[in-house]
Amino acid sequence: MKNTVPSLSRRITVVVALPTALIVTWWFASAGSQNFYFPPLRTIVETFGKLWFSPQSMQNIVPSVARLLIGYVAAAFLGIAIGIPVGASRNLRNVLEPVLEFLRAIPPPVLVPVLILFAGLGNEMKALVIVFGCVWPVLLNTVAGVRALDEVLAEVVHSYRIGPIARFWHFILPGASPQIFTGLRQSLSIGIILMVISEMYAARDGIGFVLVQYQRSFAIPEMWSAIILLGIIGIVLSMIFRAFETWILGWYHGLRQSQRAG
Amino acid sequence: MSTPTTNVRAGINARTIVWLQGLAGLAGFAALLEILPRSGLISPLYLPPFSTIVVALFNEMMSAEFWSALDDTLEAWAIGLVISVIAGVVIGIAIGSSNALRTLTHSTIEFLRPIPSVALIPLAVLLFGSQIQSTLVLVVYASFWPVLIQVLYGVQDVDPVARETARSYGLGSWAQIRYVVWPTTLPYLLTGIRLAAAVALILAITSEVAIDTQGLGKQIADTESGGAVAAMYAYVIVAGIIGVLVNVGARALERRVLAWHPSMRLDSAGARA
Repeated sequence: MKNTVPSLSRRITVVVALPTALIVTWWFASAGSQNFYFPPLRTIVETFGKLWFSPQSMQNIVPSVARLLIGYVAAAFLGIAIGIPVGASRNLRNVLEPVLEFLRAIPPPVLVPVLILFAGLGNEMKALVIVFGCVWPVLLNTVAGVRALDEVLAEVVHSYRIGPIARFWHFILPGASPQIFTGLRQSLSIGIILMVISEMYAARDGIGFVLVQYQRSFAIPEMWSAIILLGIIGIVLSMIFRAFETWILGWYHGLRQSQRAG
Repeated sequence: MSTPTTNVRAGINARTIVWLQGLAGLAGFAALLEILPRSGLISPLYLPPFSTIVVALFNEMMSAEFWSALDDTLEAWAIGLVISVIAGVVIGIAIGSSNALRTLTHSTIEFLRPIPSVALIPLAVLLFGSQIQSTLVLVVYASFWPVLIQVLYGVQDVDPVARETARSYGLGSWAQIRYVVWPTTLPYLLTGIRLAAAVALILAITSEVAIDTQGLGKQIADTESGGAVAAMYAYVIVAGIIGVLVNVGARALERRVLAWHPSMRLDSAGARA
């Protein structure tokens, strides 16, 4: 509708205005705070700088993020690898769908106690929890994406006798990718939840672990700084994900836009 | 397959076959859970045979503890979901109806949304201990966003011509919301509710596992630490069944409320967003 492109400075103002106003309000509203649980933002920010910009802090950040990434990537590959054959075969799909729907419906955090039995309290358990929690959205969305592939294209691919490898790379994977990304996005937030929960439940390091330590020792500014750190990690990961999605799915969004305009 | 009647019969048969295939899948899964521990491939200490789990499930169902845990989980889930839906609808329509508000709040919403709700666990524990309020904080924070986002999409989707028409016929702002904005937003809202219902259940049980509020999650954690492995799996299965019921229920609600909507008349799968 709008023909005028707003200037860059205007766009930046629109993005920054409200967050800045909120932070400023928080800063001044909490400035003289005597409430034990809600310390002044100034104190939190100072604690944040001391705690998380030190080399030691890496001992907690690195293991957390590493476990998350390993578990998430493994779940993504597993979900796509299983999802494609299941989506392609109607019989396989009919047999497996109820089981998969059931496994998906189990709230992933209950896997923490279950997998402690199998894998103990170590890194394997945490990575496994993340794999088990993240795999279902990817798997089920891959199944749905493969299932909804364009039938006409499928017949074209068939009649041109395009080999299985080329068919996979040039037809199945790109065709199902918008749905696969929906699954990947859902999995990412589940993965972050599981990263934190598995560390809160049983761990010797990690952000979730120190967060609970701070809370139990009533180190309130430290606790707030860890909460903010988790928030920042969540935001950064979702920004990275969106950049990745725009890069891979750029063609698809462009197509949708031109279809809508046409 | 030439006449319509045989087509209908073929359709019914096909549906029965799909049902049977699904049942076979579930039976196969149960058999796998029975065979793996019995054959020793997985230690029965970690995964008891399926039949043992079923027996444990019936034992648990005899206890009052089971039902009060189930009740606590469902109560926290339902209250949290209702709060999120009401807040999401009210705030979503308020923000969505104004262009200025929408552009101003966009970045803030995009920043707040990916903050993992579990980060709030320590704060909730300090403020409310292991009371239901702790669970509600997490449930509401997590399930509010899907509702809000969907309502915002919905309000934005209102046909400008319909909006202008309503305005020129002199409809008040309440009537505009009721007759123009609401019908357009409803399908989006129901998608939001479906997503939020699943997220709310995850967070309700998460909080029970992590902060020991009463409910199924606490039962799972307690039975695990108490070594009652079969009972733990029984609770896991119950949690999964509730999850399935929540998903099925949300889809049924969508079909029912939106029976009039073109997306439902064509194909319910098309309404996925």
